[in-house]
Amino acid sequence: MSVSVALLGAMAVLYACGVYLLLEKSVTRIILGILLIGNATNLLLLALAGPPGAPPIAGSGPSSDPLPQALILTAIVITFAVSAFLMALVYRSWRIAQEDRLERDEADVAVGQGDQPETEAAAADEESEFDRPGGTG
Amino acid sequence: MFSLLALFALTALVLPALTRRLGTKAFLVAAVPPAAAFAATFARTREALGPGVRERFSYLPQLGVALDVRLDALSWTLALVVTGVGALVLLYCVSYFHDDEPGLGRFAAVLTAFAGAMYGLVIADDVFLLFTFWELTSVLSYLLIGHYADRRASRGAALQALLVTTLGGLAMLVGLVLLQDAAGASTLSALVASPPPLTDGRAVTGIALVLAGAVTKSAIWPFHFWLPGAMAAPTPVSAYLHAAAMVKAGVYLVLRLAPAFAAAPGWRETLVSLGVLTMVVGGVRALREHDLKLVLAGGTVAQLGFLMVVCSLGTAASQTAGLALLVAHALFKSTLFLVTGVVDHAVGTRDLRRISGLGRRLPVLAGAAVVAAASMAGVPPLLGFVTKEASLIALGEAPQPWGAIGLVGVVLGSVLTVAYALRFVWGAFATKRGGVQTEVSPERPAFLAPPVLLALASLALGPLASLVVEPAAAAAAHGMPGKATHLVLWHGPTLELLLSAVTLAGGVALFLLRERIVPLQEAIRPRWTAEDGYRRTLRTLDLVATRATATIQTGSLPFYLAVILTVFVGGTSTVLLGTGVLAAPPLFATAAQTVTAVLMAVAAIAATIAGKRFQAVVLVGVTGLGMAVLFGLQGAPDLALTQVLVDLVTLIAFVLVLRRLPARLGVAHGSSHPVVRIVLGVAVAAVMVMVVLTTLAARTATPISEAFERLAVEIGHGDNVVNVTLVDLRGWDTFGEITVLVAAATGVASLVFVGGRSDVLPALRGHRRRGRPGREHPVDPEVASGTWLLAGRTLRPEYRSILLEVAVRLTFHATIVVSVYLLFAGHNAPGGGFAGGLVAGLALTGRYLAAGRYELGLAAPLNAGVLLGLGLVLAAGTAIVPLLLGEPALTSHYLGADLGWFGRISFTTSSIFDVGVYLIVVGVVLDVLRSLGGEVDRAYEEDHREVRQGVPS
Repeated sequence: MSVSVALLGAMAVLYACGVYLLLEKSVTRIILGILLIGNATNLLLLALAGPPGAPPIAGSGPSSDPLPQALILTAIVITFAVSAFLMALVYRSWRIAQEDRLERDEADVAVGQGDQPETEAAAADEESEFDRPGGTG
Repeated sequence: MFSLLALFALTALVLPALTRRLGTKAFLVAAVPPAAAFAATFARTREALGPGVRERFSYLPQLGVALDVRLDALSWTLALVVTGVGALVLLYCVSYFHDDEPGLGRFAAVLTAFAGAMYGLVIADDVFLLFTFWELTSVLSYLLIGHYADRRASRGAALQALLVTTLGGLAMLVGLVLLQDAAGASTLSALVASPPPLTDGRAVTGIALVLAGAVTKSAIWPFHFWLPGAMAAPTPVSAYLHAAAMVKAGVYLVLRLAPAFAAAPGWRETLVSLGVLTMVVGGVRALREHDLKLVLAGGTVAQLGFLMVVCSLGTAASQTAGLALLVAHALFKSTLFLVTGVVDHAVGTRDLRRISGLGRRLPVLAGAAVVAAASMAGVPPLLGFVTKEASLIALGEAPQPWGAIGLVGVVLGSVLTVAYALRFVWGAFATKRGGVQTEVSPERPAFLAPPVLLALASLALGPLASLVVEPAAAAAAHGMPGKATHLVLWHGPTLELLLSAVTLAGGVALFLLRERIVPLQEAIRPRWTAEDGYRRTLRTLDLVATRATATIQTGSLPFYLAVILTVFVGGTSTVLLGTGVLAAPPLFATAAQTVTAVLMAVAAIAATIAGKRFQAVVLVGVTGLGMAVLFGLQGAPDLALTQVLVDLVTLIAFVLVLRRLPARLGVAHGSSHPVVRIVLGVAVAAVMVMVVLTTLAARTATPISEAFERLAVEIGHGDNVVNVTLVDLRGWDTFGEITVLVAAATGVASLVFVGGRSDVLPALRGHRRRGRPGREHPVDPEVASGTWLLAGRTLRPEYRSILLEVAVRLTFHATIVVSVYLLFAGHNAPGGGFAGGLVAGLALTGRYLAAGRYELGLAAPLNAGVLLGLGLVLAAGTAIVPLLLGEPALTSHYLGADLGWFGRISFTTSSIFDVGVYLIVVGVVLDVLRSLGGEVDRAYEEDHREVRQGVPS
């Protein structure tokens, strides 16, 4: 199968820019990065579909590959839904903190710095009174 | 046998409810399943000892997976032990507990379920079924040991037992898989009948791992420490799990596999040496303890070691003796535990230094204890003596040198056994100086009956062993090398008899000298026990985990993402370069594609350096439009259409959110580590290019989509192959996708509607949703005169655009018609539910943009939640209805009718699915509009009202 250099090039640039934006601290830019990566991935599928052709309408002769198109179609709509969700996240974090950038997750840091969790090992002393049947204890 | 397992499960399920009504009497019901299983097993004695009984439940016939159970001599014996002792222990619980015991219902249910799991374990023939029951007993035992959940010692002991036994179980699972792989069969009977050659590495490793499971379960050194800890359980649990049933599972497995694998390298070496060591360690510990239960626990550990030594030898004699010994141990040890429970009840302590004079007050109980202890010590004519004699004979005839080593160890251990048996009886019943002589009321006969019955069994089975125990034991040893031992009281004046006498004398002497040997006991007390090792391991694990977390978990999302991407780049490129399929496919480029691609690249790069939000968003939108052009050039009109629509909606949604955020993108911290990010971005892009090239080079088979065109016409009755693929050929994928859409839309609404979600769109006061305004109500002059859109007057004049209002008013209905057209035309021409839904969504967006959220409420016929739900119902209905008609899910039907003069109509049921998709897409857009649009407006207005009211002018 042959591949279009133009598609490949556009895909590469979109991936690079998408990753660059994804590693930002500004949440808006992260969403933009995800959108670019989504577009790049759709281009990847398109590039894999092979050479261009007629629209895949039955009876109109040889056409482009319909299966990647079905995959891309669902991917486009899902990307929209996910980015809408992320936008709602941005808005929420803005409402709460008036802040559009990622802070260090304090809960994450606390896990690593926390005190030793106490191990529930059996009590060491041998004289420990184990069970008392109900009522007598 | 399956029906019995079901009976256990059902009884366990109803017990919590029963206990609430009947109190401890519910244990009478709980005893029914084990009693029934006992009776059923006994009724099949003849078949079990002969050819064996098998049952099979075909579970996944397509994969050849079946649940096999069988009852042969070995299973028969074990099943009788676990169900018989189980029934008695459950009866004992009636008197042991009080009605107000906390958690009684759960306890009863778990103990019954445990009895069922144990029964399942001994009858399972399939190794994976065996494993399932095996782990089930571990988990249930965790719940039983931790019954007194408010005590720290109890919880710790339960966890300890669980960790040790499940870790062993995990090793066993791997071993079973290896064995099954080597033997090509997954039943125990097939494994033993035609074992894999012992030179096979898989078999040897597999056996070693299975033994790891057996020794952890049966509390063999160095894993013995969990058993004394498990004494934190209520005494009936100790009597059942830790004497009769669960700890025997490991021994059972060894007995089961010994005929085929006793000669495996390491089998006898490991089991005999560990067994001897366990016997001595347990015996020494039993002599040191003051808690009666801990004395018994030490003794159990020791006896399990003894059992392991005998059962591992793999001769006919050892198999007979081992099985008989197992029965004897189950009988006397559960008696002793049950006796301890009664003592505890009567006196209120189990400290043998404080109990005194109990023998005279509870003579029946003392009698039972003496019989059981004597059986444990090996005093004739009890069952313990008969089986110990047989074991000594088997050890003498076993392959050397392990038989001899075992013999010496067992004699040494038996001296200790005699001593701690005496110590137990003396401790519980003797009159001691300085002891507390408590007055005790005589216990009810029902409470004493179970231990007395078990003691009587020990007594009666001694002389009768050759009649009752031997047939089964000999049948279990059928086909093994050597001849089976006879389980009789008198073998003649043999060396074994002499050894028994020596053992008894030594044990009595050791007991009499108990005061003198205290210093010696202290001297040999190990500084470092296996339990310390367990604790230290857990602590180290915690420490390592905390350190690792502290190192890895920095709390920075960009850092995490960078790590993920780096691993992706490193891993994928290594694999791709390793495969070497980088033969570049033929390349081509058309002028139109190249121009579009260059424009997209420029827009993408510009988006990364854009300083303002809107700027960046629009630039990303440009790449999206470029995508649409590329789709069009590629021959994908559906994609181009959808992409343009999605791009528009995304842009609008973005603008709706961004209008409340500051215009400038965070500059102060915008570009941290730009070089690293550029390098990572370029690396990811390069890897993805490699992925494309490699994948294309690997695409040599005929694409399945070549058949799609034919299938679309024949199955889907549609010409648009992409649309038919979505709604019919690959309908499940689409169904999954629209479910994600619903989830995302719900997420958006939940994030934005902070103070409770209202599903109802705001209604315009003074107007009904439908109907002509102004007819039934007093005419609002503004509405009547100059408003094109009804809700326009709710906007402040400076926000209104008459031009927009007019345009929206004129195009709205036409747009909706177009969307419906796209929906239905999509089956044969570009379009479909996604595109149609997006167009309808855009029409709604227009109404909202022109006249605000009240207008949206007027425009939308239903609220978003209803639309989403309706869409899902339609799509799911299309999937499910064919199932009810006995067809595969999502089967579509075609209705065509020739209307003659009016032409032909055709309808496919998959169009209903597409309508579902349409509704869901409209619902998603509506949810986005009312959340990110309407609700954000409302919140903004509210904030500003507060500000205005807060500042007095």
